[in-house]
Amino acid sequence: MRVVVIGAGVTGLSTARLLTRYRGVDVVVVERNPDVGWGVSKANTSIIHPCHEEDPDKHPLRTKLCLEGHNTWYRWVRELDIDARWPGEIIIATSREEYRVLKHYHRLAMRNGVPGVRIIDRDELLRIEPSVNPDSVAGLYAPSAGTIDPVGACIALAENIVDNGGRILFNTEVRDVVVRDRRVRGVKTSRGFIEADIVVNAAGLYADIISRMAGINDYNIHPRRGQYILYDRMAEPKPDKIIHTAPTPKTKGVYIVKTVENTLLIGPTAEDLPPDMRDATYPTREGIEYILRNASKIISRLPPRSLVIRMFAGLRPEPSTGTFILRFHEDPWGFVEATGIRSPGLTAAPGIARYIIDLIKEHVDLVEKEKWNPFRRGIRRVKELGLTERNKLIREDPRYGRIICKCMGVSEAEIVEAVERMRKIGVEEITFDGVKFRVHAMYGRCQGTFCRPEISLILSRLTGKPPWMMRFKDHGSFYGVGEVKDLFRRG
Amino acid sequence: MKTYDSLIIGGGPAGLAAAIRLSERGYEPLIIESRDRLGGIPLQCIHPGFGIYYFHEDLTGPEFSYRLISRVEELGIEYVTEAYVEEIVNESMVSKKAKLITPRGSMIVEGKTLIYAAGARERTRYELGITGPNVAGIYTAGEAQTMMDMYGIMPGRRIVIVGSGDVGLIMARRFVLEGAEVLAVLEILSYPSGLTRNIVQCLRDYNIPLLLRHTVKEIRARNGRVSSIVVTEVDEKLEPIPGSEYVIDCDTLIIAAGLRPRVKLLKKLGVRIDPRTHGPLVNDWLETIDVPGVFVAGNSLLINDYADYAAEQGEWAADSAIEYIENNGLPTTPLHRIVPGRNIRLVVPQYVTGLRDTWLYLRVSEPLENLQLVFPELGRRIPLLYALPSVMVKLRLKREEIVRAGEEIVVEAEPR
Repeated sequence: MRVVVIGAGVTGLSTARLLTRYRGVDVVVVERNPDVGWGVSKANTSIIHPCHEEDPDKHPLRTKLCLEGHNTWYRWVRELDIDARWPGEIIIATSREEYRVLKHYHRLAMRNGVPGVRIIDRDELLRIEPSVNPDSVAGLYAPSAGTIDPVGACIALAENIVDNGGRILFNTEVRDVVVRDRRVRGVKTSRGFIEADIVVNAAGLYADIISRMAGINDYNIHPRRGQYILYDRMAEPKPDKIIHTAPTPKTKGVYIVKTVENTLLIGPTAEDLPPDMRDATYPTREGIEYILRNASKIISRLPPRSLVIRMFAGLRPEPSTGTFILRFHEDPWGFVEATGIRSPGLTAAPGIARYIIDLIKEHVDLVEKEKWNPFRRGIRRVKELGLTERNKLIREDPRYGRIICKCMGVSEAEIVEAVERMRKIGVEEITFDGVKFRVHAMYGRCQGTFCRPEISLILSRLTGKPPWMMRFKDHGSFYGVGEVKDLFRRG
Repeated sequence: MKTYDSLIIGGGPAGLAAAIRLSERGYEPLIIESRDRLGGIPLQCIHPGFGIYYFHEDLTGPEFSYRLISRVEELGIEYVTEAYVEEIVNESMVSKKAKLITPRGSMIVEGKTLIYAAGARERTRYELGITGPNVAGIYTAGEAQTMMDMYGIMPGRRIVIVGSGDVGLIMARRFVLEGAEVLAVLEILSYPSGLTRNIVQCLRDYNIPLLLRHTVKEIRARNGRVSSIVVTEVDEKLEPIPGSEYVIDCDTLIIAAGLRPRVKLLKKLGVRIDPRTHGPLVNDWLETIDVPGVFVAGNSLLINDYADYAAEQGEWAADSAIEYIENNGLPTTPLHRIVPGRNIRLVVPQYVTGLRDTWLYLRVSEPLENLQLVFPELGRRIPLLYALPSVMVKLRLKREEIVRAGEEIVVEAEPR
């Protein structure tokens, strides 16, 4: 049986990973971008939610999958060597009204069976997290909350998929879903036809467009933008626990997160954009001011602006149904949707994947392989090794001792391995972003202003293209416009 | 393990000059350099203007560095290149250690003193609050300089420069010389932040417009690269003036918003940072007031106008290190604090002992004409024809003056 999964984000890849467990299932992931996790999965708050903010009356399935996803991530981050930390989170109430909101979520926590959730008074709040605004009234502490590296998770899933015989086709855009005799037959892509018995639509922001190609026309998706500010590791104060403002009906509030890289992430906004703005992944002055204003309510003081290392934005796919759309269609048979994956999509992803597999199992017999490798190891980071181990590695390959990115302490060998791993999963365009997401070079204080020229040289050696032709992301994002003097030669 | 007299972090002008001074006076330093060769940032500055004060000659950046490097070689000073300093440890009064990662292995080196001369980094667009898409074609002036003049990569064709820092001005000229168009240099303040000689020689001589009180409001992108920017005029409060916006089509935006001392390792060591200089708090030995035996020079200390000053501070730090080694520490009390008063942006050193004469570097907050620098506690007035924030003022305080003062010595600039 051939399954095509559309979209190499965390939803599509989680689903594809589970599909590789079964005998006789040929899994092909198609992705329009040059690399994994560059759509919705790239820019989000990176939280694995405890799921005490999900209302089981309004959204029973979403609540269930969020809880399941949360528990599964504990296992997946170990199996797949994904950077994660589990500090717990606190919703901060700054007024009597917000205190009532805490009580509401406390009740949901008990109903959802989220362990350890309790309301803490101001004194305990300030003891647990001294950097919280002292004017706060109380907090709702959920000790099971975590944060992961979301693009790192996509990369890990992709490598594991390929290790288990799956394939990923990059720079491949789906143009049509081919249906004959009320069954899906495959997808027409920018690179030709791919035959399939089952097509899983995990196309994120573009999922409604893909569904329409299969004749499904009962929902729409519009982008909801989330903007973020990222502060340097040296930022102070840097709360250890995830803290956030009280949620509103529309948003989960503004978060302050010490990330797995030990930087400080603040955001998001929640701006509903028209459906034609699905590429508006840029922050705005108003959005950044909104985040700072809200964050300043719950933290004793904001780090200085001089420690801002990046501002960015991501788009979440907001479905007109208000909740996840998870269906196996009978007409056309074999068309499966894992769409409308709004918040808490990252948390729920493993649960969604399991649910999709169960939907497929209702229609097709799936038999587990005898051998399936659940494990994947990340790239060895010289900076995290002890002296003896480090020196052994440097003796074998001196490139481990050549630190290229001074801010994050990333060696040449790690960059080379990132490129090798990109190639292994089928990435054709070796990009700065691809390197950045894999080894975190260009991720620190200077944002690559010191090391990017040198990295362009390393990538040039590995790809045979001149340094100026190295790209940041996709097609026109070349580093330079030519070699020096080219403007005289070529005009 | 060998104990050096001084570990010198950074093989640029400050670090090299410090090493040369130590060696010439019979002491043994170790230079620790992160790039694959000594020389530092001047290696990529292929324009003149270096060495006028230090060598009394007008040299290019590489010439300036190579003079220092050949002296280092002559003296047989030890150095390591491609060495990443992971951490500095203050083991004791007379033992400072640096943890290194190099292609020859990971190791720990030890010195009786440490001279920190790790230079500066550039401010990025994010620090300036410039929002908009994260696409190709947005570079700091220094990255553009490395691309062009170290690696031969042409960053763009139609270029706008934000900020009028010296590196940006120099790059404006370089871009034109390599066939690119520089459409404008935008400066949000009402005066340029670079040196006058660079305004004249890099902009006016090439007919590049300098737009004061202008800034970028928006970046627009097409196909993964900058396609145009929206420029706006600003008022006295630096707020955009509605209706003054216009679009410039360009493929490249260069951020030339000045430098910041690189002090991460010092901060981790527990050294306090001066919010005015963004460098460490030091006394008149250029020793950090928090960690004895750790000296700071060059752009890690404060952002200098000239590499010459960095070299001078390297020598100053080296002389102090020698005193420190000979006396097992330096006398540092009583300390007088130099307080930047009216119209003074920054002063270095921030503390003086009054045990000897000292140099003082300072910058005014805004351009002033016919002014005087006043030290009320010292009863001293220094008349100046003019002063610009971009031009560092260097003056000498006498020991006798300092000892007369109390704990604080205020310095201010006022009209004559």
